[in-house]
Amino acid sequence: MELEAFRTQVREFLEKEAPQSLRGLNDPKYAYWGGRKPEQPHPDATRYCELAAERGLTAITWPKEYGGGGLTPAHERVFQQELAKLGFPAPLTGFGLTMIGPTLLQFGTDEQKAEHLTKIVRGQIRWCQGYSEPNAGSDLASLQCSAVLEGDEYVLNGQKIWTSYGDKSDWMFVLVRTDPSAKKQQGITFLLIDMATPGVEVRPIRLISGASPFCETFFTDARAKANNVIAGVNNGWTVAKALLGHERTMIANVFGASGGARNAGDRRNVLADLAREYVGETDGKKLADPVLRDAITQLNMDSRCFLSTVARNADNIKAGHRPGPESSLFKVYGTELNQRREELMVKIRGEQGLGWEGPGYSALELEKTRDWLRSRGNTIEGGTSEVQLNIIAKRVLELPGD
Amino acid sequence: MQLSLTEDQAMLAQTASAFFAENSPITRLRKLRDSRDERGYSRELYQRMAELGWTAIPFEERDGGLGMGLAGAILVSEAMGKNLAAEPYVPSILLSGQLLALAGNQAQKDAWLAPVIAGEKVIAFAQQESKSRYDAAYVTTRATAGKNGYVLTGEKRAVLAGALADAYLVSARTSGSERAAEGISLFLVPAGTPGLKVTRQHRIDSRNAALVELQDVQLPADALVGERDRALPLIEAALDRATVALCGEMLGAMSEAFNRTLGYLKERKQFNVAIGTFQALKHRAAKMFIEIELARSATMLAARALDAKDAEASALVSVAKARCSDAYVLIANEAVQMHAGIGMTDEHDIGFFIKHARVCELTFGDAAHHRDRFATLNGY
Repeated sequence: MELEAFRTQVREFLEKEAPQSLRGLNDPKYAYWGGRKPEQPHPDATRYCELAAERGLTAITWPKEYGGGGLTPAHERVFQQELAKLGFPAPLTGFGLTMIGPTLLQFGTDEQKAEHLTKIVRGQIRWCQGYSEPNAGSDLASLQCSAVLEGDEYVLNGQKIWTSYGDKSDWMFVLVRTDPSAKKQQGITFLLIDMATPGVEVRPIRLISGASPFCETFFTDARAKANNVIAGVNNGWTVAKALLGHERTMIANVFGASGGARNAGDRRNVLADLAREYVGETDGKKLADPVLRDAITQLNMDSRCFLSTVARNADNIKAGHRPGPESSLFKVYGTELNQRREELMVKIRGEQGLGWEGPGYSALELEKTRDWLRSRGNTIEGGTSEVQLNIIAKRVLELPGD
Repeated sequence: MQLSLTEDQAMLAQTASAFFAENSPITRLRKLRDSRDERGYSRELYQRMAELGWTAIPFEERDGGLGMGLAGAILVSEAMGKNLAAEPYVPSILLSGQLLALAGNQAQKDAWLAPVIAGEKVIAFAQQESKSRYDAAYVTTRATAGKNGYVLTGEKRAVLAGALADAYLVSARTSGSERAAEGISLFLVPAGTPGLKVTRQHRIDSRNAALVELQDVQLPADALVGERDRALPLIEAALDRATVALCGEMLGAMSEAFNRTLGYLKERKQFNVAIGTFQALKHRAAKMFIEIELARSATMLAARALDAKDAEASALVSVAKARCSDAYVLIANEAVQMHAGIGMTDEHDIGFFIKHARVCELTFGDAAHHRDRFATLNGY
């Protein structure tokens, strides 16, 4: 379909058919994640998702037979542009769309795709990721959660950690060890399991910043049908790596391509305004603390450099070049930049940045202090900065392995 | 602003890169240095750059240029930087040439800008004084109006490409106190004018820089370039352009220093393995790679913002210069550290980069200066 014709269609949908109550709510807190018992960030969220799904707008690039739009990434961009223009949130978000869906499209059998993709597209099933374990973090391949075949079922025993939204999800894609005697990457299987299965227990994790979406998941003789193995037994590592690619794209998007909003604040001198409020100005209208002024400028400049690198990458792709090596820095630099920004905001607020709860602090001050604590995780989750630097050294700089 | 190269730009980058790789290996700079060459660069090579049209790139067509802007000029200066070519592209084309194009009248342009673009003449901008540091408004050289013109007295230093230049654009105070923004004027002083004394300075990068002393230099009234007392904004505009071109040069040089270091990490063996297998070095290499990518984006953006006369252009020039200064110094320091003992020897070429880096870092303002300027331009 012509892009402009598609644009017209999208606009008509948003202006005439979509619930107008959602207009202007394009904020992450109105994101709709779907599922069997969906959270309702807004009373019309489910209806908006269903209306969009009927028109193939929740997964525009997926094949039509699975409820997708059967269109191209260019159409996807048009849709995003129109959403932004009219101030609508995305009709549906979640790890089904961003992680397991693309992985099933790549590795799933026809039966598996038919079974799962349509439910993702319609927002009926919410997915979570079972990768990390207490003893398998950066060294993911050393995971120990076991699955033993009994008849046509696998029996799972072990523990997963950092399961984002595990307590709100319906299904998990999980890495399990099916051959303990093989070399560590070779005995892993990629399996799908219903979280309602007996023997699956989920506990939320409290972080240094307070409550969090992260959970621990425990498997005690939990059973999964063998036909939920993706890409064959003991072939899980290949699938896992491909999915990590989708995850990195998603994270790079958060801190890079569409993370513009975060950095746009630096462009509007949000930090300088904040410092003016907390630190004051000299007669010459300069920030009263010259050291803080310099630190704010360093961050503003770094942010501009980062944003223009994101823009350059996008321009190169638009001009028909493959993504250049510059894209590999988005995760490591974007997350560090975000941490430094949060840290600087605490410094600017001085002791007003130390509140945990209660009187003497504004709601915003309390929120920003916790944001700072939470941001310490940015350089850990989705691959630590150290692992990212290893990847750059190996793939981009082609430095020898050890 | 598009941050990918057009086909024309990509071709220019490729041609310039190949040209300097062939005609200006670092052994050439070494020879110029060791022979204490008075000029410090090759007039003949510079002439060939002009014949290829590169000196015309940043000028408007009405001034006899190609109108390819700073976005084009940084591709030439980057190729020069990669090979540490010492020809006065930034001093004579991007600084004095641009200043003359901004401030000069038609007669002055005909007499001087045309031969500058043709590579036949080199003009040096005599601005820096012993106490000016990075303050463009600090000018104490005096120009006193007389019956038939002006009399100039003062001392300028670190005049880039000043030795054996054909003429000098001199900033001098016609009114106001030593740091006043108003009261600065520009004068065109041809080489050989009585009272003008030029002495080659020898700096760590072996490039052409000079002391320019003016003792009662008598100039006709038409030596004044642009409006009297009002030169500062034009000087700042020309400095912005020269700064971005210098960023291009730094980008080329830091990339080259980095690539040489990467090569060394892969080939040098200790403890029976390539030292590039050590994570302590890998992570630092990866961080240098990130620094270069960010410096490249910032430089490309600043060049395009200047070309588009974007209101934010000067602030973006400061972003680029601060980044390039910090990144190049980091990379040059790391390059020597990772080459270790051999990197400290004069025999090895990597040392040329650490010297070039230091000079570039401090030319047209260091990173701290540009952070201060950025904050001021943004009203905090």
